[in-house]
Amino acid sequence: MTQAAQQAAIPDEQAEIDAGAGPDPNYNFAYLDEQTKRMIRRAMLKAVAIPGYQVPFASREMPMPYGWGTGGVQVTASIIGPDDVLKVIDQGADDTTNAVSIRQFFERTTDVETTTRTEDASIIQTRHRIPEKALSEDQILVYQVPIPEPLRFLEPRESETRKMHALGEYGLMHVKLYEDIATHGHIATTYAYPVKVNGHYIMDPSPTPKFDNPKMHRMPALQLFGAGREKRIYAIPPHTAVYSLDFEDHPFDVQQWEQPCEICGATDTFLDEVVTDDRGGRMFVCSDTDHCTRDQEAAE
Amino acid sequence: MIGADAKAAGSDLNGTGAPNAGFDNPVLQSQAMYRKLLGAMAQPGRILSCELSLDVPAPLWPTTAAAALTLLDFDTPLWLNPGAAAAPALGNYLRFHSGCPLVEATGNAAFAIISDPAELPPLDSFAAGTDEYPDRSATLLIQVERLDDSRGVILRGPGIECKQTLQAKGLPQGFWQQVQENHAGFPRGVDMIFCAQNQIAALPRSTQVEV
Repeated sequence: MTQAAQQAAIPDEQAEIDAGAGPDPNYNFAYLDEQTKRMIRRAMLKAVAIPGYQVPFASREMPMPYGWGTGGVQVTASIIGPDDVLKVIDQGADDTTNAVSIRQFFERTTDVETTTRTEDASIIQTRHRIPEKALSEDQILVYQVPIPEPLRFLEPRESETRKMHALGEYGLMHVKLYEDIATHGHIATTYAYPVKVNGHYIMDPSPTPKFDNPKMHRMPALQLFGAGREKRIYAIPPHTAVYSLDFEDHPFDVQQWEQPCEICGATDTFLDEVVTDDRGGRMFVCSDTDHCTRDQEAAE
Repeated sequence: MIGADAKAAGSDLNGTGAPNAGFDNPVLQSQAMYRKLLGAMAQPGRILSCELSLDVPAPLWPTTAAAALTLLDFDTPLWLNPGAAAAPALGNYLRFHSGCPLVEATGNAAFAIISDPAELPPLDSFAAGTDEYPDRSATLLIQVERLDDSRGVILRGPGIECKQTLQAKGLPQGFWQQVQENHAGFPRGVDMIFCAQNQIAALPRSTQVEV
């Protein structure tokens, strides 16, 4: 093939992929090889059977760097089928870099239908938010997790944190929350707020804002967590009790804002602060872009 | 040689001496089967129907065979109940398609296929994992004649909104008491997947059972 012909061939290939002509034939369906999928699938079954326990798995190198959601991508790749409808969000938004690139990755390797509408998706892969709209039993929420071990910054040794989980020895975590109160007068942890799953394991819900913690409690959808660099998978089955740690005199509560979303006017959503100029201008808008857009459409 | 052995044992090979065929499309069919297994494990006691057209060696059922082809490979030592182990075509089929080693001792198995629930060994004879690594535990595929979720024992726990009933035909006496003991050892324990002719249901260690 001449160089000119080679250059011409590249856009054509791209066009075929974009036209939904089936998954890219150069890769196995959903990128991963079948043995890897089986290994991840077995780990996920154990994760579901032991809610909140971090199952080690042989995380693979993916065509994106660690920290870009390789754990979530491997989980999604191991469950996704041609009939699925995929939604990918990054901090609640469907249109930011991480969400767009992961969505394109699955469009290319599986040719599944993708959507931004929360209720239309059968699998939602998320980086650090839970959609505002309540999820159903027919949906699976896949989290991208950077540091799965909630005790890691309190105890760096894996051998020790394992023992602490085995013995249910979680005093250190309460001390950490207590120190927040001693220093700030309230529990100052606002994201990756530790939860206790089904009354047993303490678990890191990934760096979601604590605003989202109540949504995890008895959620009808299956929640799967994948940490690629740290090589751990964990899960919360549907309808499982998820309790955010607190104290009797300092009960858990979520963030509140003084103003509504400046775009859609919602008062019950998680708001992002957006800097609008270099003179201190800022606005608060919904982090869940799908929810915000649909609220505006409904208003019009 | 394998074929000759199997023929001598009078097993139902397809005449060519070769093992029965596996999935037509291993990638998509194992994905579809896995979603059933994941759904069953996430909602203990819920019966999911699996319509499969798989030609499998007796005494395996298509559901059990599909679960095995989906989950097993060279990393998963498999234990077969004596009735299943006595059918060489079955062992050949599983080893040919998945490459799984067959083991004699229940304690060494990552997976077990129990084709006849009457031959189910005590649950605590299987690996239950350790308190630090409870995932290093066995998953049992138990064939039962019939599953019914309108009656039977009452299940509660993760994956169940309030309660779920389940009855599986042919389980040995004292089985549900063993399941209660299995749950009491949480996070250690074994997880079970019941395979009926066209249905599956799962019973992870996290489920409480009220008899």
